[in-house]
Amino acid sequence: MPRLVAQNRAGSLAVLTVALLAAALALIFFYVPTDPDQGFSQRIFYFHVPVALTSYVCFGWGAWKALRVLWKHDEAADLQSYVAIHQGVIFGALTLLTGSIWAKASWGVWWLWSENQLVLFLVLFLFYCAYFMLRYSVEPGRSRENMCAVYALFGVVLIPVSFLAIRLSQRFIHPVVFTLHGPQMAGSQFFTFCVAWAAMLAIFATLYSVELAGKRIDGHIRELRELLSS
Amino acid sequence: MIAAVVPKAPPSEWQYVAGAYLVVFVAVLAWVAIIAAKLQRLQRQLGELVRKAAERD
Repeated sequence: MPRLVAQNRAGSLAVLTVALLAAALALIFFYVPTDPDQGFSQRIFYFHVPVALTSYVCFGWGAWKALRVLWKHDEAADLQSYVAIHQGVIFGALTLLTGSIWAKASWGVWWLWSENQLVLFLVLFLFYCAYFMLRYSVEPGRSRENMCAVYALFGVVLIPVSFLAIRLSQRFIHPVVFTLHGPQMAGSQFFTFCVAWAAMLAIFATLYSVELAGKRIDGHIRELRELLSS
Repeated sequence: MIAAVVPKAPPSEWQYVAGAYLVVFVAVLAWVAIIAAKLQRLQRQLGELVRKAAERD
């Protein structure tokens, strides 16, 4: 049975993802009450924040795998780090897009350059976009693995800076929900948020495993072609 | 079912919420479409390699 589950991991993850997404959408639109302060547009929070936190998880996972490349000389970890960062950039782009829509609905503008949280997230996003420029400008091999791993580890330093920026800032309009005193929201809102975040993490896990499997098959086919042509 | 929620929100607010959720779903759908195309390409390449290996034997 565990072997069967391992073999169909991507399938099991996809089913879990659909179930969690359906549960999250049901909770967001039919269970959680409308926020008295921000109104209906506050419902963007239940996708925007989990997407942002998932992008941090992706970059963190990518950095952990990068550390394994440098520390254990684990060749497989290089591909895992690359795929995690690729997913992180996708989630990062979605964070910027959903955040921009929420900003327009709440503040009346698509973007505010005076907001540290927004600008630092954009810097983090652009930093990881540049990771692909580095990766594809160097020939595959040990030196590329090391360079990419060091770059991924540098980037992860920006995550706590980005997360804490809003808390260190004196002037801000970006809402702070998670403080040292816990989440500043009702129990129903926090429960909905947790389910939505679980759904986003499940999306990440599914996309990560499928993309990684695709990349591995691609590599095996390349090796097979070289063997057959020799 | 969604209609039960919609009238409570001003039209523009509803549109922004729909837009934000749509962006996420379109991105995931686009990703699935890209992966599906890639899997088809891998399947085709694998088929060619199997044919080549058979010819070799």
